[in-house]
Amino acid sequence: MPSSADARIEPEDRNQPVDKAELLPLFRQMLAIRRLEEASAKAYSYGKIGGFLHLIIGQEAVCVGACAAIEPDDYVVATYREHGHAYARGVSSRAILAELYGKKTGLVKGLGGSMHLFDHQKNFLGGYGIVGGHVPIACGAAFKSKYLGEKRVALCFFGEGASTIGGFQEGLALAALWKLPVVLICENNQYSMGTPLYRSLAVEDVSMRALAHGMARDRFDGDDVITVKNRVAEAVARAREGEPTLLEVRTYRFRGHSMSDPGQYRTKDEVAKWKRRDPVAIARKRLVDAGATEDEIAEVEASVKDEIADAVKFAEDSPPADEYLPYVTKD
Amino acid sequence: MPTISYREALNQAISEEMERDPNVFLMGEEVGHYQGAYKVSQGLLQHFSERRVVDAPIAEMGFAGIGIGAAMVGLRPIIEFMTFNFSLVAIDQIVNNAAKIYQMSAGQFTVPIVFRGPGGSAVQVASQHSQSLESFYAHVPGLKVVMPSTPADAKGLLKSAIRDDNPVIFIESETLYSLAGDVPDGEHVIPLGVSEVKREGEHVTLVAWSRMVQLCMQAADELAAFGVHAEIVDPRTLRPLDDAPIIASVKKTGRCVVVQEGWPYAGVGAEIAFRVQHACMDYLDAPVERVTSDDVPMPYARNLELEVLPQPHDVVAAAKRVLYME
Repeated sequence: MPSSADARIEPEDRNQPVDKAELLPLFRQMLAIRRLEEASAKAYSYGKIGGFLHLIIGQEAVCVGACAAIEPDDYVVATYREHGHAYARGVSSRAILAELYGKKTGLVKGLGGSMHLFDHQKNFLGGYGIVGGHVPIACGAAFKSKYLGEKRVALCFFGEGASTIGGFQEGLALAALWKLPVVLICENNQYSMGTPLYRSLAVEDVSMRALAHGMARDRFDGDDVITVKNRVAEAVARAREGEPTLLEVRTYRFRGHSMSDPGQYRTKDEVAKWKRRDPVAIARKRLVDAGATEDEIAEVEASVKDEIADAVKFAEDSPPADEYLPYVTKD
Repeated sequence: MPTISYREALNQAISEEMERDPNVFLMGEEVGHYQGAYKVSQGLLQHFSERRVVDAPIAEMGFAGIGIGAAMVGLRPIIEFMTFNFSLVAIDQIVNNAAKIYQMSAGQFTVPIVFRGPGGSAVQVASQHSQSLESFYAHVPGLKVVMPSTPADAKGLLKSAIRDDNPVIFIESETLYSLAGDVPDGEHVIPLGVSEVKREGEHVTLVAWSRMVQLCMQAADELAAFGVHAEIVDPRTLRPLDDAPIIASVKKTGRCVVVQEGWPYAGVGAEIAFRVQHACMDYLDAPVERVTSDDVPMPYARNLELEVLPQPHDVVAAAKRVLYME
């Protein structure tokens, strides 16, 4: 049953004034991710994308806000629901979509697909398909930063479903023990595939797991991208001083776990309630409040539309993937 | 050439590579202040400091993964498993991450990491501590698997493993740590993926690695008393497998016995036997024989353990079978 532990830590102040120049590019990124995911879903339904396709629609503010809080030479490690994280890190919609199509021009040449996006140049250390197993990898990137005396931090994204598995637990324990410059970001979207929180966690406040290790923690809602950016920035600042943090960001995916999941374990009322907290709509509203005109916003929307249409065409027209043997071991 | 132990040879390899490359570090349980559960890392903490000789708590999945992440961004970790039995709780990291990141990233990220420690039986440490797991790892594309049988190989192969840009599973043997042998000082590097003929002979080919090479040496001495000269080929690296010297030897002798300490089912020995029959069909004078452990979890009692493990007389008997001497 829901525990009393879900009291919020430091609730955010939505009445803070927003800087239009700060929010506009974040709004654009979120909207582009939304449209990219919609284009992917459409291509999947036509059979142009295969395998598993996990969409992040509804959660865009988390990856965009968090990646806005770090520098280009910081590291990002993500899960199999990572198109948005790759995009927020600067990977092009063309490279992402071509990868989902299994094309030679894809980000990883058609070898990884939706779940395994990697970009060395962007310090994007990958999308991982085994829940929780990537948490130690993020800690390893942070270990290197500390070993070399750098100030780089690693962000690690995972779902609340990962908080029960060993990879997360051991990564958390070692990050705390060795004071690694890592920010562990739990995107709590309320459902571990089809299982709600109250049936998977004895203590639903995932951030409390930090307490056992004497680690800093924070917990906040993930529907406002500025809030996410600011709160992640606090954790990043701590990480640069050698203090890891476990963050729990409360969010919601509007669609099922993957394309094969209609999400029937949730009521329509529940989904409708969360859709009223759509992060893209919230950002749009805050932009208007900050003085953006409808024309300015329409311009952004048009440019996103063009970008994704171009990415779809690029993916469609690209040649098929054509080699795999050179990528087994390095000579 | 100095005579040192297999343990000292490994220690030299680690120490020299850490001197050579500041990005090489050692991490594992008891590697530092305790000086290594089997004393392979003796003295390294004092020489290199806690920054580079890192004592890890009991969290193999965690520190194996930290090694992988560090390797992706430029370090060259040596991850010690106190024994390879404990690697099983980190196998997700090794198989799902280390072995696949080069492929998943289409060559953008390499994982230059060594996972090392003793494998196989010791003496009466029972089922959970007596496993030969090389076949598990040799099954996986993206990994290299190395098992030295002598002090010289231990040093030369470990140095290569540390310099390799791929994840390397480096399985030592608790029962070989005190074995003494001649080892060249300083820059002694043996490339991975090169088999070696450890003893020349013309009547039967014995293929063996790690501790089984020493066992085959004893068996070969016994066979010599019957006028049988066994040739012993040690692949040293099980993946990638340099099968050319094995095949050349079998073409010469016409008879082959594969000797492995692990279980028979789906083992590396089966792969070698397949390659030999495929390449040497017209040269074989007898079916390929295999000597392995019994297909059981290891019992504790010494008499039972000895019965389960391959013994020199088992190798002698198998050699006699392929020579039709029984």
